Amino acid sequence: MSSKRHEDIVKFDIVKNRRKFFLFSGIILVLGLLVTLFMGLNLGVDFKAGTRLDIYIGKEFNPSDVEQLIKQHVPDTVFTPVTPYGDHQAQTRFDQTVDAEKLKSLEKALKEKYGPQVTKQEATVDPSIARELVRKAAIAVSIAGVGIIVYIAIRFQLLFGIACIIGLIHDVLVPIALFSVFRLEVDLTFIAAILTIVGYSINDTIVIFDRIRENLRTMKSKTVEDLEHLVNVSLWQTMRRSIFTVATVFFTALALAALGSESIRNFSLALIFGLVSGTYSSIFIAAQVWVALKEREMKKKRFSPAPNEG
Amino acid sequence: MIKWGRFLLFLVVVGMLATLITTTTQQVAGNIRLGLDLQGGFEILYVVEPLEPNQQVDMELLKATAGMVEKRVNIGGVTEPVIETELPNRIRVKIASEKANQDELRELIGKPAVLEFRDENGNVLLRGSDLASGGAGVGYDDLKRPVVTLKISDPKKLEDITRANLGKPMAIYLDDNMLTNPVIQNVITGGNAQIFGNFTQESAQELADILNSGALPAKLIEKQVTSVGASLGTLALQKTIYAGYVGAALIIVFMLVVYRLPGLIANITLVAFTYFCLVVLDWMDATLTLPGIAGFILSVGMAVDANIITYERIQEEIRSGKTILSAFRAGERRSLITIIDAHVTTLIATAVLFYFGTSSIQGFAIVLAMTLIVSVITNVFGSRFLLWLLVRSNMIKKPFWFGVKESEIGEL
Repeated sequence: MSSKRHEDIVKFDIVKNRRKFFLFSGIILVLGLLVTLFMGLNLGVDFKAGTRLDIYIGKEFNPSDVEQLIKQHVPDTVFTPVTPYGDHQAQTRFDQTVDAEKLKSLEKALKEKYGPQVTKQEATVDPSIARELVRKAAIAVSIAGVGIIVYIAIRFQLLFGIACIIGLIHDVLVPIALFSVFRLEVDLTFIAAILTIVGYSINDTIVIFDRIRENLRTMKSKTVEDLEHLVNVSLWQTMRRSIFTVATVFFTALALAALGSESIRNFSLALIFGLVSGTYSSIFIAAQVWVALKEREMKKKRFSPAPNEG
Repeated sequence: MIKWGRFLLFLVVVGMLATLITTTTQQVAGNIRLGLDLQGGFEILYVVEPLEPNQQVDMELLKATAGMVEKRVNIGGVTEPVIETELPNRIRVKIASEKANQDELRELIGKPAVLEFRDENGNVLLRGSDLASGGAGVGYDDLKRPVVTLKISDPKKLEDITRANLGKPMAIYLDDNMLTNPVIQNVITGGNAQIFGNFTQESAQELADILNSGALPAKLIEKQVTSVGASLGTLALQKTIYAGYVGAALIIVFMLVVYRLPGLIANITLVAFTYFCLVVLDWMDATLTLPGIAGFILSVGMAVDANIITYERIQEEIRSGKTILSAFRAGERRSLITIIDAHVTTLIATAVLFYFGTSSIQGFAIVLAMTLIVSVITNVFGSRFLLWLLVRSNMIKKPFWFGVKESEIGEL
């Protein structure tokens, strides 16, 4: 390929504008972090002691009738207003753990009123279990991060590994921040979503880094300008793939969010946030962090005579 | 010159795949165990607490208690419950069955089943552990009403006790509930006793079974309960699968429009990928849960990525002026390194998640690792082989088939 084609392919100088992208991501993350700090996350029943009750009623119903029955059969317990959703289903949450006996009599009463098709879905939770799962997931992801850095440091260079992890942290924080800002409920499936995002984000970043590494062999990279040009070319060479791949995954995640079961709606939303963030960060954060780190390294070398190449 | 042999081989391979998939998918999919969120059922996390304050909860006690829980579940008429022990002190019971009566089973599992014979002052004379093995059964009294019969392993002990308490009441307690309180009329020599009560045939049999299985060696405390009604589970499954079809259809159309012929091959291998993932899930005896299906549908997107990376590379090579054949070769070779690096990095992440995570994280990691490996076989090597057959049959000459316009091709 001629160098003219390299000029053509770069439709927009991403590397030159990298500070703007850093600023953009920084603002979103700081805003999200502030909201998370002051308002907290909208934690689901998995993280709060209590009982969540999903009732499938199967025909038209009046939520206040259901509430009346709940008051009768589960007395002296605070519960959230009964909210209808989906296909004749209703949901409520009790602040305390409710006895299986009381729920049984409630189900019986509902069956008498609405017919035998009524079924209940119950989740009673001790929050310590959910918190422990989150802690273990966080530890596991952190250790995985170290493993990834080591592998990339061996296959590529240490700087690529560091840049990849910074992109990864970005992609984990963005869905958390957005869930806090939009007050979406965080439950245990959120953890599964974050794990999927981690996998996807790594995949996406490696593909771009791989192209940069390949171009490092064939293109000039002696000066800062050369390096910036090289990264721009690499990004634009992989741009179609980046967009197309996220498009296919985005289709499925969107289909899941729009058509899938209610219980995985938030899971799908977290995925969508993470996918967009993952693609964005691979191009505009991870690759740019690498350029910034590499340039710093080059400037240092210029002043200190180090013979070996990084 | 067109080499028909290779084209024929391509048709045969695709035909065989199609036959395999259309004839066995139903069966394979039917074999896969569905999680309780998909077919109804419940999951309870118990914390095991010692009966006496000086007792230690160790792996041995956990295992013994878990074994007892399994017996209890079987008494309730449910086979194949999943019972996991988690250190330091947890037992997780998963029962995915639409038929099981959840409320009854929960009662059955948590029942301590401590059987005690007490004298009128409340002193314990005999315990459940004094029963002969399999010593509880169902008998009938003079009026043909069911009773629970007990056989004591050491008849001498019962004889001594009845002699000492002759003419006094001796009560039988189960979990501190008095079942019966007869006055001892004779010295019992054969080691046999009976519990009278308002039993039906079934309730007498159940009590006998519980007594035979023995008392729980530790206290079980419900920490977390998730239960799903069968119709809610089926609804979730239908909706999620429907969403999966829609997502897959969108991908298939997209690949055809953007990549044309290679897109078609990607779609063929994508169907094969889905099929083989189901087969492996079946082999692994894994339980498919709702997040599992969601992750699976997502992994389809990641498998397609392997195709996209390769085809983008081939398109690039064609645009730079190479012939279809050499563009195909160069594209395949260069994209392979990328794909392998991306896969290995993600595999490292799954390995770490599996090693350090807890049960649900581990489940996620296993499924993700499995799909990654299957996708290398189908969407990397499988699709390469099929595309190679077509390219080498010399039937495809025009860049159009690869989604490249003639005007885009630069000069070499």
